[in-house]
Amino acid sequence: MDIQLPAHYYDRLFEGLQVTLQVLALAFALGIVLSVVLGVARLSPSRIARSVSLAWIEVTRGISTIVLLFWMAYALPILLGVDQPSLLLMGSIALGINMGGYGGEIVRGAIQSVPRGQTEASIALNLTETQRLRHVILPQAMRIILPPMGNLTIEILKGTALVSLISLSDLSYEGVKLRVSGRLSPDAPSDAVLFVNILVIYFVVAQIINGLFRLAEWRVNRRFEGARNGVELSPSPKVTAGAGG
Amino acid sequence: MNASAEPSDRPGPVDSPHDPVSSPAVRMRGVNKAFGDNVVLQGLDLDVAPGERVVIIGPSGSGKTTILRVIMTLERPDSGTIEVNGRHLYHEQKGGQLKPAGEKHIRSVRSDVGMVFQHFNLFPHMTALENIALAPIKAKGMGKREAHQLGMDLLDKVGLVEHANHTPGQLSGGQKQRVAIARSLATEPAVMLFDEVTSALDPELVGEVLTVLRDIAEDGTTTMMLVTHEMGFASEVADKVIMFDNGQVIEEGLPSEVLKDPQNERTQAFLGAVVKH
Amino acid sequence: MSTDTDPVTPSPAGAHHVAPPDIRPWWLRPKTFVIAAGVVVFAAFMWRFGGGDIRFSTEHRPRPGTTFDWDYFFALVPDMLRGIWVTAQATVAGFAVALVIGLLLALGRRSRLRVVRLPVALFIEFVRSTPLLIQLYFVYYALPDWDITLGAFVTLVIGLGVHYGTYCSEAYRAGINSVPKGQWEASTALNLGPTTKWSQIIIPQAIPNVLPALGNFLIAGFKDAPLGSTIQVTGILAFATAASGRSFDAGVEPYTLIGIGFLLVSIPSAWLVRRLERRIAYERIS
Ligand SMILES: Nc1ncnc2c1ncn2[C@@H]1O[C@H](COP(=O)(O)OP(=O)(O)OP(=O)(O)O)[C@@H](O)[C@H]1O
Ligand SMILES: [Mg+2]
Repeated sequence: MDIQLPAHYYDRLFEGLQVTLQVLALAFALGIVLSVVLGVARLSPSRIARSVSLAWIEVTRGISTIVLLFWMAYALPILLGVDQPSLLLMGSIALGINMGGYGGEIVRGAIQSVPRGQTEASIALNLTETQRLRHVILPQAMRIILPPMGNLTIEILKGTALVSLISLSDLSYEGVKLRVSGRLSPDAPSDAVLFVNILVIYFVVAQIINGLFRLAEWRVNRRFEGARNGVELSPSPKVTAGAGG
Repeated sequence: MNASAEPSDRPGPVDSPHDPVSSPAVRMRGVNKAFGDNVVLQGLDLDVAPGERVVIIGPSGSGKTTILRVIMTLERPDSGTIEVNGRHLYHEQKGGQLKPAGEKHIRSVRSDVGMVFQHFNLFPHMTALENIALAPIKAKGMGKREAHQLGMDLLDKVGLVEHANHTPGQLSGGQKQRVAIARSLATEPAVMLFDEVTSALDPELVGEVLTVLRDIAEDGTTTMMLVTHEMGFASEVADKVIMFDNGQVIEEGLPSEVLKDPQNERTQAFLGAVVKH
Repeated sequence: MSTDTDPVTPSPAGAHHVAPPDIRPWWLRPKTFVIAAGVVVFAAFMWRFGGGDIRFSTEHRPRPGTTFDWDYFFALVPDMLRGIWVTAQATVAGFAVALVIGLLLALGRRSRLRVVRLPVALFIEFVRSTPLLIQLYFVYYALPDWDITLGAFVTLVIGLGVHYGTYCSEAYRAGINSVPKGQWEASTALNLGPTTKWSQIIIPQAIPNVLPALGNFLIAGFKDAPLGSTIQVTGILAFATAASGRSFDAGVEPYTLIGIGFLLVSIPSAWLVRRLERRIAYERIS
């Protein structure tokens, strides 16, 4: 059995793939921002921030991605009185919101895993709360955040297939269209070959995401391990040990 | 290196806006702190003069660490006042009245205090130099180049220049603690708190850290409050020794008095136990 | 489980009554029969009633000109419940399949033979990182090429089962790896056979670590099950799509309704799983 598709099939699929990647990028960007904001808010001293973020996380994790997607595409615009919403934007936002709910919990757990002494040392050095988070806590939390965040990103990649159901011409949508048009021509490839090819494309993209996250993990872990150059060393000529006053 | 100087020989803080005579470096009045039912500080009054070196001793769990932590704002006292260089730490004067202070005020007063921890608490994702330069850059607004220069000078002072680009994971315990001391020095705190800074170290590494502490003590400009079980070191550098138990100061005085000739029987018992081990 | 009277060791007053150990093999214990009977009844029930082809009523329509018609909203509730029932059935059946497939995959992954281990690992990774939607299309549209034709509901169950089976296999693996090395070594030192080692030592200790993950997969499966509407399973999403198609702005109420219906099921379930998780963590400590 020939596992390859005709060339013009691949052209169509790769056009769809571009839309898939667009949706993925938008959803990822929104998802990361939401994750950090929610994860930090969950640990905020403010009660309101804590309960709002908790409620948000519970709802966005509790709802099915596909139901959220349909609601955002078909119900929200009517409720808001928007006539022609950008489906690409709505789809990406739905996926991003979904990612943020899970990501927020990842970030919260990672922040909590940074030892208390790190916070205390930052206070003793008189860093502000923002500086503490930015320079001390989050860089260390990164080690714990990255592996599950990579898995989550792959879940979102899988989720992008759902936007085909609100008629966005992504990889899945193009695939379904090719299946339908292929039924009219006798020498079209079989459905099995078509879908296996689509699955393989998704698989390859997922592996690339996986690799990128591995690379990021490696870079973060390296910070904890090795001597690095980059900061120039200039042993001072003017001070000698012990002298002072 | 000369032997420890007399307290009176040392110059006070030079540009202090406050009169060094009337405003001690640290003044605690009626400080209470309890964890649930466990009363740890009970109406604690404590004065530390500028440039003074105070060693706090006492049995485990008596609250020595807690004293330092309330001064560092790592624990909030339940009541009472704390002044640093004549400025209230947890309170602000508003319309002639003392009101609980906002974060901004606390931050401004806190910049006069620094702390070195028992377990170092170095930032594991930064090199030794980056650890030291972080606070000068971020909390003091110093330029990067200048901060790195300062960092190298301080590393030189603690004898670790060649480890500037090593992360904490690559340093021994004694080296870590010396970096942590340098990190605290970099913010030039008027008051430095040391909580059992040698307790987590292997015995052969204690000496190198004590040497650095001695250097700071000899500089004479920094007010030091030390919790330590190193009695020899305490009698060497301390201007004053405070015996602390049950939430209160039960004896205080010169090292020669408190350590060599204690009056209070709980101090005697405690010192007897420490010497035995 | 055992009878109260024990002729050999009559318990004297005041002493603790110690139940004699159950010496029956596991397949003769009452618990086994209860569980087996439950599974059979459930399977028969699903076989007979599962995924029944529901016709949603078509009488109700939103009043024209309203953005949100509450009367229409409430009129939809009964149909929504019928839809969510089908979705829930598919979820539970799919999850039962996933538990079994997961076990097979986990065993395959641990196999000593590389020709088994590597393809299984690749299969798990492949299924885990590709969309369920396309997998459903594959089962529904492509398998008939090999003369395997499945109904919509069965397709959904199989799709969910295989997809989440790969997740379950990873959870099993993590659970087995979480059993401390000393337990394996003790089993060897006591010269226990593989069956005893697994059934008495490893699995009982692995289960508590696996349960919360499985609970989360069950919830995740429930959230994916509405996908069945793409292959004509008359579940919750199919209901909303049908209702919204009745007039041009009829989408608001049904989609909002299924969103709420969903949360009413998934949030309490997630809460239960977390309670289970905490309880297990607690029991581990004490
Ligand atoms: N965050 C906390 N929560 C509850 N109890 C605490 C907390 N911190 C300290 N305590 C209690 O307060 C008491 C004093 O603790 P502290 O650490 O100040 O003692 P210490 O004198 O430094 O003892 P050690 O010599 O062992 O370091 C102890 O009983 C301790 O259990
Ligand atoms: Mg202590």
